[in-house]
Amino acid sequence: MIYFDNAATSWPKPPCVAEAMARFLAEVGANPGRAGHRLAVEAARLVYGAREAVAELFHAPDPLRVVFGANATDALNLALLGLLRPGDHVVTSSVEHNSVMRPLRALEAQGVAVTVVPCSAAGELDPEALEAALVPATRMIVLTHASNVCGTLLPVAEVGGLARRRGLLFLLDAAQTAGAVPIDVEAQAIDLLAFSGHKSLCGPMGTGGLVIGERVDVTALTPLKYGGTGSRSEREEQPEFLPDRCESGTPNAVGLAGLAAAVRWVQERGVERVRDHERGLTAELLAGLSAIPGALVYGPGDAGRQTATVSFNVAGLAPSEVGLRLDEEHGVLCRVGLHCSPAAHRTLGTFPGGTVRFGLGVFNTSAEVARAVEGVRRLASEAR
Amino acid sequence: MSEGGAEGEARGSGDVVILVHSTSHAVHIERRLVARGVPCRMIPVPRHLSSDCGACVQVPGEHAEAAREAVAASGIEIQGIVPL
Ligand SMILES: Cc1ncc(COP(=O)(O)O)c(C=O)c1O
Repeated sequence: MIYFDNAATSWPKPPCVAEAMARFLAEVGANPGRAGHRLAVEAARLVYGAREAVAELFHAPDPLRVVFGANATDALNLALLGLLRPGDHVVTSSVEHNSVMRPLRALEAQGVAVTVVPCSAAGELDPEALEAALVPATRMIVLTHASNVCGTLLPVAEVGGLARRRGLLFLLDAAQTAGAVPIDVEAQAIDLLAFSGHKSLCGPMGTGGLVIGERVDVTALTPLKYGGTGSRSEREEQPEFLPDRCESGTPNAVGLAGLAAAVRWVQERGVERVRDHERGLTAELLAGLSAIPGALVYGPGDAGRQTATVSFNVAGLAPSEVGLRLDEEHGVLCRVGLHCSPAAHRTLGTFPGGTVRFGLGVFNTSAEVARAVEGVRRLASEAR
Repeated sequence: MSEGGAEGEARGSGDVVILVHSTSHAVHIERRLVARGVPCRMIPVPRHLSSDCGACVQVPGEHAEAAREAVAASGIEIQGIVPL
């Protein structure tokens, strides 16, 4: 079996992740932050350890400004719904995931103005086109770091610099890149970084978060949820400090224990090395697919300008049929369709039919790429 | 108690406790005290000191000044450092 659905969630996980989670359940188990006994304190240390690991990985100075949630979607909703107000203007790209577009459309209905800057048919964003969309009411730029459909990397550092110069907040959706592409919130001027814990960070599902920079006024950040935090229990108002302000309710501590182990594992391996490995595999995959008569590959077609996520179609076959036959006849597991991103597919010209998406990850190999390419080649030749 | 520094040393009269607003803050401060070699341990907040239900950080009195400096450097707003 060849797992090529890492863009949805990574699998397998490094063994240390399951070990850390099993240890938490067997030996710690208590509610972090809700009591002062030794197990509660140990649980709080483990959760703090996850904040610390995430902060280090992204070069964020303060672990307490790492707010955890169930996934990147939670983090994106918190940043968008929590900071934008009627009358504000926000700029984004035409390759965003619905976890950005849907909150933005909901905000638009409440009086937030939204501009979607078109990307090229390969999903590339021109920073000058983005700059031209800025108006005096613009408050935020929100961008995905990479298209979840065809992997195209967006010019993060340039846009970060632009946001700083213009006094805007920059929210980066790093769901597709956290752990797979180096990210430095200071060097790239990222004010808000939303990440999934369960993709290239190699953690369990049910983890993700938002790294909140110093330029964000926390008192102006409306929480999505209000409730118990274990802190300031004498008060009936939500705490103003982070992370408690945005983390009501018992957290996924077992998941965060796994995430902490996962991020340490990624750090030990080195994000640069992960990137090199995945870039190599992507180059092989792009070369292999492009050489197949009847296969059409989307995106920049250059492994250096994209992540290890590759979209393609096979002439004469619906994506759903390709996906099913790759699974049943060749043991290749991938994702077909619109990938929660109708905007990206419109940009690529693949709406509403969609594409076949191979999402490679850190554990995939050249041999797997070769076998999958061979599978596609057979399907394509049979369809001709 | 793991990681918490010299547990035995922090006991007895003359100790102070750092009262914080949240357990994440307590761990944040504990990490910095350990890094500076200040003996400390996490204990439940004594009921007579605060109505908060979480943890606080206990430090021997002779290390109170070092603890104060570590707290100031941590950038965290605390409730106070009070005698136990
Ligand atoms: C670009 C992008 N943004 C956001 C998300 C949502 O991430 P999550 O599933 O962690 O909420 C995904 C993944 O599905 C994604 O690819």
